[in-house]
Amino acid sequence: MKITIYGPGCKNCVNLADNAKKAVSETGVEAEIEKVEDMKEIAMAGIMSTPAIGIDGEVKIKGRVATVDEIKELLA
Amino acid sequence: MFTVFERFADLVTYTLFGIEAGTRLGDSVHFFFYDTTKIIFLLSIMIFFISIIRSYFPPEKTKKLLSNYRKITGHVMASLLGVVTPFCSCSSVPIFIGFVESGIPLGVTFSFLITSPIVNEVALVMLYTIFGWKIGTLYLASGILVGIVGGIVIEALGMEKHVEEYVYQISAQESEIKELDWSDRIDFAKEEVKEIVSRVWLYVIIGIGIGAAIHGYAPAELLAQYAGADNPLSVIAAVIVGIPLYSNAVGTIPIVEALMGKGVALGTALSFMMATTALSLPAMVILRKVIKPKLITVFVTVVGISIIGVGYMFNFVMNFV
Repeated sequence: MKITIYGPGCKNCVNLADNAKKAVSETGVEAEIEKVEDMKEIAMAGIMSTPAIGIDGEVKIKGRVATVDEIKELLA
Repeated sequence: MFTVFERFADLVTYTLFGIEAGTRLGDSVHFFFYDTTKIIFLLSIMIFFISIIRSYFPPEKTKKLLSNYRKITGHVMASLLGVVTPFCSCSSVPIFIGFVESGIPLGVTFSFLITSPIVNEVALVMLYTIFGWKIGTLYLASGILVGIVGGIVIEALGMEKHVEEYVYQISAQESEIKELDWSDRIDFAKEEVKEIVSRVWLYVIIGIGIGAAIHGYAPAELLAQYAGADNPLSVIAAVIVGIPLYSNAVGTIPIVEALMGKGVALGTALSFMMATTALSLPAMVILRKVIKPKLITVFVTVVGISIIGVGYMFNFVMNFV
Protein backbone atom coordinates (compact mmCIF):
# COMPACT_ATOMS: atom_id res chain seq x y z
CA MET A 1 0.00 0.00 0.00
CA LYS A 2 1.20 3.49 -0.71
CA ILE A 3 0.24 6.56 1.31
CA THR A 4 0.78 9.94 -0.30
CA ILE A 5 0.95 13.17 1.67
CA TYR A 6 0.28 16.25 -0.48
CA GLY A 7 1.39 19.64 0.79
CA PRO A 8 4.04 22.30 0.19
CA GLY A 9 5.79 21.59 3.49
CA CYS A 10 3.77 23.75 5.85
CA LYS A 11 3.21 22.83 9.46
CA ASN A 12 -0.06 21.06 8.76
CA CYS A 13 1.59 18.84 6.18
CA VAL A 14 4.20 17.75 8.72
CA ASN A 15 1.44 17.02 11.24
CA LEU A 16 -0.43 14.98 8.66
CA ALA A 17 2.69 12.97 7.80
CA ASP A 18 3.22 12.29 11.51
CA ASN A 19 -0.37 11.09 11.88
CA ALA A 20 0.09 8.81 8.89
CA LYS A 21 3.27 7.33 10.40
CA LYS A 22 1.46 6.72 13.67
CA ALA A 23 -1.49 5.10 11.93
CA VAL A 24 0.82 2.80 10.00
CA SER A 25 2.78 1.70 13.05
CA GLU A 26 -0.36 1.24 15.15
CA THR A 27 -2.13 -0.91 12.58
CA GLY A 28 0.97 -2.73 11.45
CA VAL A 29 -0.05 -2.44 7.81
CA GLU A 30 2.72 -2.67 5.23
CA ALA A 31 2.69 0.80 3.79
CA GLU A 32 5.15 3.20 2.34
CA ILE A 33 4.68 6.94 2.89
CA GLU A 34 5.66 9.36 0.16
CA LYS A 35 5.50 13.13 0.17
CA VAL A 36 4.44 15.29 -2.75
CA GLU A 37 5.61 18.85 -2.24
CA ASP A 38 5.55 20.15 -5.79
CA MET A 39 2.65 22.54 -6.32
CA LYS A 40 2.24 21.40 -9.90
CA GLU A 41 1.78 17.78 -8.91
CA ILE A 42 -0.52 18.76 -6.05
CA ALA A 43 -2.72 20.72 -8.43
CA MET A 44 -2.68 17.87 -10.96
CA ALA A 45 -4.10 15.54 -8.36
CA GLY A 46 -7.11 17.85 -8.24
CA ILE A 47 -6.25 19.21 -4.80
CA MET A 48 -7.08 22.85 -4.13
CA SER A 49 -6.62 22.96 -0.41
CA THR A 50 -3.69 21.40 1.37
CA PRO A 51 -2.76 19.23 3.14
CA ALA A 52 -4.25 16.11 1.63
CA ILE A 53 -3.73 12.40 1.96
CA GLY A 54 -4.09 9.77 -0.72
CA ILE A 55 -4.03 5.97 -0.67
CA ASP A 56 -2.67 4.14 -3.70
CA GLY A 57 -2.94 7.24 -5.85
CA GLU A 58 -6.48 8.14 -4.86
CA VAL A 59 -6.97 11.35 -2.87
CA LYS A 60 -9.02 10.58 0.23
CA ILE A 61 -9.04 13.52 2.64
CA LYS A 62 -8.04 17.06 1.75
CA GLY A 63 -8.01 20.56 3.15
CA ARG A 64 -7.33 19.47 6.69
CA VAL A 65 -5.11 17.31 8.85
CA ALA A 66 -6.66 13.86 8.91
CA THR A 67 -6.56 12.28 12.37
CA VAL A 68 -4.73 9.07 13.19
CA ASP A 69 -8.07 7.25 13.54
CA GLU A 70 -9.29 8.46 10.17
CA ILE A 71 -6.10 7.29 8.51
CA LYS A 72 -6.41 3.91 10.24
CA GLU A 73 -9.87 3.58 8.72
CA LEU A 74 -8.46 4.40 5.30
CA LEU A 75 -5.81 1.72 5.75
CA ALA A 76 -8.26 -0.95 6.84
CA MET B 1 -20.52 41.99 27.73
CA PHE B 2 -16.86 42.90 27.91
CA THR B 3 -16.80 44.04 31.54
CA VAL B 4 -15.34 40.73 32.65
CA PHE B 5 -12.27 41.42 30.48
CA GLU B 6 -12.12 44.98 31.78
CA ARG B 7 -12.10 43.65 35.35
CA PHE B 8 -9.44 41.11 34.52
CA ALA B 9 -7.23 43.81 33.02
CA ASP B 10 -7.82 46.03 36.08
CA LEU B 11 -6.84 43.19 38.35
CA VAL B 12 -3.66 42.26 36.48
CA THR B 13 -2.47 45.80 35.79
CA TYR B 14 -3.31 47.67 38.96
CA THR B 15 -3.42 44.97 41.61
CA LEU B 16 -1.04 42.27 40.44
CA PHE B 17 1.57 44.51 38.77
CA GLY B 18 0.82 47.44 41.06
CA ILE B 19 0.99 49.96 38.20
CA GLU B 20 -0.78 53.20 38.97
CA ALA B 21 -3.99 53.87 37.03
CA GLY B 22 -3.97 56.89 34.71
CA THR B 23 -0.25 56.73 33.95
CA ARG B 24 1.01 56.05 30.44
CA LEU B 25 2.43 52.69 31.42
CA GLY B 26 -0.80 51.83 33.21
CA ASP B 27 -2.84 52.72 30.12
CA SER B 28 -0.66 50.64 27.83
CA VAL B 29 -0.51 47.56 30.03
CA HIS B 30 -4.23 47.72 30.75
CA PHE B 31 -5.07 48.04 27.06
CA PHE B 32 -2.83 45.06 26.31
CA PHE B 33 -4.45 42.68 28.79
CA TYR B 34 -7.96 43.89 28.01
CA ASP B 35 -7.54 43.49 24.27
CA THR B 36 -5.67 40.17 24.19
CA THR B 37 -8.20 38.38 26.39
CA LYS B 38 -11.21 39.95 24.68
CA ILE B 39 -10.00 39.32 21.14
CA ILE B 40 -8.82 35.76 21.64
CA PHE B 41 -12.12 34.92 23.33
CA LEU B 42 -14.22 36.49 20.55
CA LEU B 43 -12.02 34.99 17.89
CA SER B 44 -12.55 31.44 19.12
CA ILE B 45 -16.33 31.81 19.21
CA MET B 46 -16.55 33.54 15.85
CA ILE B 47 -14.21 31.15 14.03
CA PHE B 48 -16.41 28.30 15.17
CA PHE B 49 -19.60 29.70 13.70
CA ILE B 50 -17.95 31.02 10.57
CA SER B 51 -16.30 27.68 9.94
CA ILE B 52 -19.72 26.05 9.90
CA ILE B 53 -20.68 28.41 7.06
CA ARG B 54 -17.34 27.87 5.38
CA SER B 55 -17.80 24.13 5.40
CA TYR B 56 -20.47 24.65 2.73
CA PHE B 57 -17.97 26.27 0.35
CA PRO B 58 -14.88 24.15 -0.25
CA PRO B 59 -12.66 25.50 -3.08
CA GLU B 60 -13.73 22.65 -5.36
CA LYS B 61 -17.34 23.77 -5.13
CA THR B 62 -16.35 27.40 -5.68
CA LYS B 63 -14.50 26.38 -8.82
CA LYS B 64 -17.55 24.58 -10.17
CA LEU B 65 -19.82 27.51 -9.36
CA LEU B 66 -17.47 30.00 -10.97
CA SER B 67 -17.13 28.17 -14.24
CA ASN B 68 -20.80 28.99 -14.86
CA TYR B 69 -20.27 32.75 -14.96
CA ARG B 70 -18.56 35.07 -17.38
CA LYS B 71 -17.62 38.74 -17.54
CA ILE B 72 -18.80 41.10 -14.80
CA THR B 73 -21.01 38.51 -13.08
CA GLY B 74 -17.97 36.25 -12.94
CA HIS B 75 -15.90 38.93 -11.17
CA VAL B 76 -18.69 39.72 -8.74
CA MET B 77 -19.29 36.05 -7.93
CA ALA B 78 -15.55 35.37 -7.58
CA SER B 79 -15.18 38.25 -5.18
CA LEU B 80 -18.19 37.19 -3.11
CA LEU B 81 -17.03 33.59 -2.98
CA GLY B 82 -13.58 34.86 -1.96
CA VAL B 83 -15.21 36.00 1.26
CA VAL B 84 -16.54 32.59 2.28
CA THR B 85 -14.15 30.09 0.75
CA PRO B 86 -11.60 28.84 3.26
CA PHE B 87 -8.10 29.31 1.96
CA CYS B 88 -4.75 30.09 3.44
CA SER B 89 -1.93 31.67 1.47
CA CYS B 90 -0.15 28.31 1.16
CA SER B 91 -3.12 27.07 -0.87
CA SER B 92 -3.13 29.99 -3.29
CA VAL B 93 -1.03 28.16 -5.87
CA PRO B 94 -3.19 25.02 -6.12
CA ILE B 95 -6.30 27.23 -6.18
CA PHE B 96 -4.83 29.42 -8.91
CA ILE B 97 -3.88 26.40 -11.02
CA GLY B 98 -7.23 24.73 -10.39
CA PHE B 99 -9.18 27.81 -11.47
CA VAL B 100 -7.14 28.62 -14.57
CA GLU B 101 -6.96 24.98 -15.62
CA SER B 102 -10.74 24.61 -15.46
CA GLY B 103 -11.15 27.54 -17.84
CA ILE B 104 -12.05 30.30 -15.38
CA PRO B 105 -10.71 33.57 -16.88
CA LEU B 106 -7.50 34.95 -15.36
CA GLY B 107 -9.17 38.18 -14.23
CA VAL B 108 -11.96 36.30 -12.48
CA THR B 109 -9.36 34.16 -10.72
CA PHE B 110 -7.67 37.33 -9.53
CA SER B 111 -10.96 38.78 -8.27
CA PHE B 112 -11.11 35.74 -6.02
CA LEU B 113 -7.46 35.87 -4.96
CA ILE B 114 -7.60 39.59 -4.14
CA THR B 115 -10.78 39.61 -2.06
CA SER B 116 -10.06 36.42 -0.19
CA PRO B 117 -7.25 37.72 2.07
CA ILE B 118 -8.72 41.23 2.45
CA VAL B 119 -12.14 40.16 3.60
CA ASN B 120 -11.10 37.48 5.91
CA GLU B 121 -14.38 36.80 7.68
CA VAL B 122 -12.63 36.48 11.00
CA ALA B 123 -11.27 39.99 10.62
CA LEU B 124 -14.67 41.15 9.53
CA VAL B 125 -16.33 39.91 12.68
CA MET B 126 -13.66 41.66 14.72
CA LEU B 127 -14.29 44.87 12.82
CA TYR B 128 -18.00 44.59 13.55
CA THR B 129 -17.34 44.01 17.25
CA ILE B 130 -14.73 46.71 17.68
CA PHE B 131 -15.92 49.43 15.29
CA GLY B 132 -19.60 48.64 14.79
CA TRP B 133 -21.65 47.52 11.81
CA LYS B 134 -21.25 50.66 9.68
CA ILE B 135 -17.49 50.41 9.43
CA GLY B 136 -17.65 46.62 9.20
CA THR B 137 -20.05 46.82 6.28
CA LEU B 138 -18.03 49.52 4.55
CA TYR B 139 -14.93 47.40 4.86
CA LEU B 140 -16.72 44.32 3.52
CA ALA B 141 -18.15 46.23 0.57
CA SER B 142 -14.87 47.90 -0.29
CA GLY B 143 -12.89 44.66 -0.01
CA ILE B 144 -15.27 43.08 -2.50
CA LEU B 145 -15.07 46.17 -4.70
CA VAL B 146 -11.27 46.11 -4.75
CA GLY B 147 -11.42 42.46 -5.87
CA ILE B 148 -13.96 43.14 -8.62
CA VAL B 149 -12.14 46.19 -9.98
CA GLY B 150 -8.68 44.61 -9.69
CA GLY B 151 -9.85 41.48 -11.52
CA ILE B 152 -11.56 43.44 -14.29
CA VAL B 153 -8.45 45.54 -14.91
CA ILE B 154 -6.18 42.50 -14.98
CA GLU B 155 -8.59 40.80 -17.41
CA ALA B 156 -8.67 43.90 -19.64
CA LEU B 157 -4.87 44.06 -19.74
CA GLY B 158 -4.73 40.58 -21.29
CA MET B 159 -2.03 39.21 -19.03
CA GLU B 160 -2.50 35.54 -19.97
CA LYS B 161 0.99 35.21 -21.40
CA HIS B 162 2.48 36.27 -18.08
CA VAL B 163 1.27 33.13 -16.40
CA GLU B 164 3.90 30.39 -16.19
CA GLU B 165 3.41 28.13 -19.24
CA TYR B 166 3.17 24.92 -17.27
CA VAL B 167 -0.08 26.09 -15.65
CA TYR B 168 -1.86 25.76 -18.99
CA GLN B 169 -0.42 22.30 -19.60
CA ILE B 170 -1.83 20.87 -16.44
CA SER B 171 -5.00 18.96 -16.63
CA ALA B 172 -6.12 18.12 -13.18
CA GLN B 173 -8.04 15.06 -12.15
CA GLU B 174 -11.65 15.75 -11.46
CA SER B 175 -12.01 15.28 -7.76
CA GLU B 176 -15.22 14.51 -6.02
CA ILE B 177 -16.60 16.63 -3.22
CA LYS B 178 -17.52 14.74 -0.15
CA GLU B 179 -20.93 15.65 1.27
CA LEU B 180 -20.60 16.54 4.93
CA ASP B 181 -23.13 15.87 7.64
CA TRP B 182 -23.62 17.99 10.75
CA SER B 183 -21.16 16.16 12.92
CA ASP B 184 -18.52 16.56 10.16
CA ARG B 185 -19.20 20.28 10.03
CA ILE B 186 -18.88 20.65 13.80
CA ASP B 187 -15.65 18.65 13.78
CA PHE B 188 -14.37 20.84 10.96
CA ALA B 189 -15.30 23.99 12.90
CA LYS B 190 -13.56 22.76 16.05
CA GLU B 191 -10.43 21.93 14.08
CA GLU B 192 -10.53 25.37 12.45
CA VAL B 193 -10.72 27.09 15.84
CA LYS B 194 -7.69 25.16 17.05
CA GLU B 195 -5.78 25.64 13.83
CA ILE B 196 -6.53 29.35 13.29
CA VAL B 197 -6.08 30.40 16.90
CA SER B 198 -2.76 28.56 17.09
CA ARG B 199 -1.71 30.27 13.86
CA VAL B 200 -2.78 33.83 14.65
CA TRP B 201 -2.42 34.26 18.41
CA LEU B 202 1.14 35.48 18.14
CA TYR B 203 0.15 38.08 15.52
CA VAL B 204 -2.70 39.17 17.75
CA ILE B 205 -0.42 39.61 20.74
CA ILE B 206 2.26 41.44 18.74
CA GLY B 207 -0.45 43.58 17.13
CA ILE B 208 -1.99 44.39 20.47
CA GLY B 209 1.44 45.05 21.96
CA ILE B 210 2.15 47.64 19.26
CA GLY B 211 -1.40 48.95 19.63
CA ALA B 212 -0.87 49.25 23.38
CA ALA B 213 2.36 51.17 22.90
CA ILE B 214 0.59 53.52 20.48
CA HIS B 215 -2.29 53.81 22.90
CA GLY B 216 -0.06 54.92 25.74
CA TYR B 217 2.77 56.76 24.01
CA ALA B 218 2.02 57.89 20.44
CA PRO B 219 1.64 61.64 20.21
CA ALA B 220 -1.99 62.18 19.24
CA GLU B 221 -1.60 65.66 17.77
CA LEU B 222 1.28 64.63 15.58
CA LEU B 223 -0.54 61.60 14.18
CA ALA B 224 -3.76 63.50 13.66
CA GLN B 225 -1.82 66.17 11.83
CA TYR B 226 0.04 63.80 9.51
CA ALA B 227 -2.44 60.95 9.16
CA GLY B 228 -5.71 62.73 9.82
CA ALA B 229 -8.38 63.29 7.20
CA ASP B 230 -6.93 66.67 6.23
CA ASN B 231 -3.67 65.35 4.87
CA PRO B 232 -4.35 64.17 1.30
CA LEU B 233 -1.13 62.17 1.03
CA SER B 234 -1.71 60.09 4.15
CA VAL B 235 -3.60 57.30 2.38
CA ILE B 236 -0.86 56.80 -0.20
CA ALA B 237 1.79 56.78 2.50
CA ALA B 238 -0.21 54.27 4.56
CA VAL B 239 -0.47 51.86 1.62
CA ILE B 240 3.22 52.14 0.76
CA VAL B 241 4.18 51.49 4.37
CA GLY B 242 1.71 48.60 4.56
CA ILE B 243 2.90 46.58 1.54
CA PRO B 244 6.20 45.23 2.89
CA LEU B 245 4.69 44.59 6.32
CA TYR B 246 3.26 41.16 6.61
CA SER B 247 0.51 40.43 8.99
CA ASN B 248 -2.93 39.03 8.78
CA ALA B 249 -5.94 41.26 9.21
CA VAL B 250 -6.47 39.90 12.70
CA GLY B 251 -3.14 41.19 13.97
CA THR B 252 -3.54 44.53 12.23
CA ILE B 253 -6.91 45.44 13.73
CA PRO B 254 -5.61 46.31 17.23
CA ILE B 255 -3.03 48.60 15.63
CA VAL B 256 -5.74 50.21 13.52
CA GLU B 257 -7.95 50.58 16.59
CA ALA B 258 -5.20 52.32 18.55
CA LEU B 259 -4.22 54.55 15.61
CA MET B 260 -7.80 55.67 15.14
CA GLY B 261 -8.05 56.45 18.83
CA LYS B 262 -5.18 58.88 18.17
CA GLY B 263 -6.97 60.69 15.37
CA VAL B 264 -5.74 58.79 12.31
CA ALA B 265 -8.50 58.99 9.68
CA LEU B 266 -10.57 55.85 9.12
CA GLY B 267 -9.83 55.53 5.40
CA THR B 268 -6.11 55.88 6.04
CA ALA B 269 -6.17 53.24 8.78
CA LEU B 270 -8.22 50.77 6.73
CA SER B 271 -6.07 51.24 3.62
CA PHE B 272 -3.09 50.39 5.76
CA MET B 273 -4.84 47.25 6.92
CA MET B 274 -5.84 46.19 3.40
CA ALA B 275 -2.32 46.76 2.12
CA THR B 276 -0.73 44.62 4.83
CA THR B 277 -3.14 41.76 4.18
CA ALA B 278 -3.63 41.80 0.40
CA LEU B 279 -0.15 42.78 -0.68
CA SER B 280 2.59 41.11 1.25
CA LEU B 281 6.04 39.90 0.25
CA PRO B 282 5.49 36.26 1.32
CA ALA B 283 2.29 36.12 -0.75
CA MET B 284 4.20 37.51 -3.77
CA VAL B 285 6.90 34.86 -3.36
CA ILE B 286 4.24 32.14 -3.37
CA LEU B 287 2.44 33.61 -6.39
CA ARG B 288 5.74 33.86 -8.27
CA LYS B 289 5.53 30.07 -8.71
CA VAL B 290 2.62 30.51 -11.11
CA ILE B 291 2.89 34.02 -12.52
CA LYS B 292 5.76 35.97 -14.03
CA PRO B 293 7.27 39.12 -12.47
CA LYS B 294 5.42 41.43 -14.85
CA LEU B 295 2.03 40.15 -13.76
CA ILE B 296 3.09 40.41 -10.12
CA THR B 297 3.97 44.05 -10.73
CA VAL B 298 0.63 44.63 -12.43
CA PHE B 299 -1.15 42.87 -9.56
CA VAL B 300 0.57 45.00 -6.90
CA THR B 301 -0.03 48.20 -8.85
CA VAL B 302 -3.69 47.53 -9.61
CA VAL B 303 -4.53 46.39 -6.10
CA GLY B 304 -2.45 49.18 -4.54
CA ILE B 305 -4.24 51.85 -6.55
CA SER B 306 -7.66 50.34 -5.77
CA ILE B 307 -6.87 50.32 -2.06
CA ILE B 308 -5.75 53.93 -2.19
CA GLY B 309 -9.02 54.77 -3.95
CA VAL B 310 -10.99 53.02 -1.25
CA GLY B 311 -9.07 54.90 1.44
CA TYR B 312 -10.00 58.26 -0.07
CA MET B 313 -13.59 57.13 -0.49
CA PHE B 314 -13.74 56.17 3.19
CA ASN B 315 -12.24 59.44 4.34
CA PHE B 316 -14.75 61.26 2.18
CA VAL B 317 -17.77 59.19 3.22
CA MET B 318 -16.94 59.61 6.91
CA ASN B 319 -17.80 63.27 6.58
CA PHE B 320 -21.42 62.22 6.16
CA VAL B 321 -21.74 59.23 8.50
